Amino acid sequence: MPVKELREELKEKIIAQLNLEEFSVSDIDDDDALFGDGLGLDSIDALELIVILDKDYGIKLTDPNEGKEVFKSITVLADYIAERTNK
Amino acid sequence: MRDCYIHSAVSISAQNTFSTEDFLLDVIVHNAKKIQAVYPNYKDFISPIAARRMQTGVKMGVVAANKALQVAKLNEPDAIITGTGMGCIADTEKFLNSIIDNNETYLTPTSFIQSTHNTIGAQIALGLKCNNYNNTYTHGSLSFESALIDAQLLLQQQEAKHVLVGGIDELGVEFVDYVQMIEANESKGICVPFSEGAAFTVLSSEKKENAIKLQDIITISEASKEELILKLEDFLTLNNMDTKAIDAIILGNNGDVYDIYYEHIVTSLFSNVARIEYKHLSGEFYTASAFAFWLGTNVLQKQYIPKEVLKNSIQNKSIKTLLLYNQFKGKDHSFILLKI
Repeated sequence: MPVKELREELKEKIIAQLNLEEFSVSDIDDDDALFGDGLGLDSIDALELIVILDKDYGIKLTDPNEGKEVFKSITVLADYIAERTNK
Repeated sequence: MRDCYIHSAVSISAQNTFSTEDFLLDVIVHNAKKIQAVYPNYKDFISPIAARRMQTGVKMGVVAANKALQVAKLNEPDAIITGTGMGCIADTEKFLNSIIDNNETYLTPTSFIQSTHNTIGAQIALGLKCNNYNNTYTHGSLSFESALIDAQLLLQQQEAKHVLVGGIDELGVEFVDYVQMIEANESKGICVPFSEGAAFTVLSSEKKENAIKLQDIITISEASKEELILKLEDFLTLNNMDTKAIDAIILGNNGDVYDIYYEHIVTSLFSNVARIEYKHLSGEFYTASAFAFWLGTNVLQKQYIPKEVLKNSIQNKSIKTLLLYNQFKGKDHSFILLKI
C-alpha cells in the first residue's frame, strides 16, 4: 500500500478505535503529535495503538522506548509500518 | 440517629424528566419494545475528551449526578453510592464479543476498563476529584435500594452529612434482546418496554426548608403475598404509622404475572389511597425504582399527581406521606417511605 494511503487508513482507524468523535481525517495533519499537545492521546490510547499494530499489521511492539518514537506522528507511524510490511 | 432529607432529585429517563422545571408535562407514549432514554446535551457537563470513552450509562450517570449536586448546591459529597443492575453492559458486550471475534486475542483495553459496574461511581468521583467513600451495589432490582440503605446508614450514624446516591442502567445492544425473547415466550411476561435511565439524589442529615424526608426503606428478598402484608405492617409500625397515614402508593407494575403482588397489597391495605404507576412511562430496568424515587419526591414537592401516572380517581388535597413498592418476578421486594 502506498504510504499516503496508509496514512489516511491509520487516521481512520485511530478515529474509530479511540472514539475521537470530534475529529475527522482532515483534522489530523500527518506531522501532528499524537500525544501531548497534538491529538492529546494518553496511555490507554497507546495500548489501543499497540493492538492496532499487532492485529491489523502483524507488528508486535514490545519495547516501550520504541513505542515513544513510533507513535510520534502519523508520518512516523506509517513509515514504521511500511518498512515492516513492504518487504 | 439523624434523619435523611432529600436535597435534590434528578432523573434521565425515557421521558423528558431532566429539566427540573417540568414535571411530566409532555409525556412520550412509547410503543416500541425497547426504548432509549431522552439524553441531555452531554457536552454541557462532560468534555468531549472525557466523554469519548464513556458509554451511555456512564454519561447518563455522570450528568445526572452533576445536576443533582448543582440543584443541592453541593460541591463535594461525603460519599458517592451507586446502584446498577447490569452495570456497563454495552462495554461488557463489546469486549466479550471482541474476544470471540479475535479468537481470544487482541483484547483492547478501553471497553474492558470501562465495563466494570463501579465505572459510573468512579467516573463521577474522578470528575469531582472526590476521594471520599465510594461504593457500588449490584443486587438486581434491589441495586438502587441497597445504595439508599447504605446512604441512610452513613447519615444516621453521622459518618456523612451529604451523600450522593444514584441508580443507573443502560440498555446495551444484545443482552436485552435475549431477555426480551425469553419474556415473549412467557404466557404473561413483562408488557412494558425495556428501557434505561439514571436517577440521582443528594441525601443529607441537614434539614432544609420544604425538604422531603426519606423516612425509611426496607428490602425483602423472598416472601409470600401474605407474609409481605405482615412485613409491611411491621415496617409501618416501626415508623409509628399505620396504613391510614399513606396518602399515595407508587407501584412498579410491569404487566407480568407477578403484578398480583401489587394487587394484593392494594386490595388488602390501600384501596382508598391514590394509586400511582410509572413503568409504562419509564420502561422496565433493574433500577427503574430510582425513577419512582424521583417521581415520589416530585409529587410531594409539587403536591400534584400527573394524570398519566394516577391510576384511580383518588387525588388527595394534601399528600404528606408516600409509599413506594417495587418487586421483580415476585422477588426482591422493596418499600420506601417518603414524607413531607
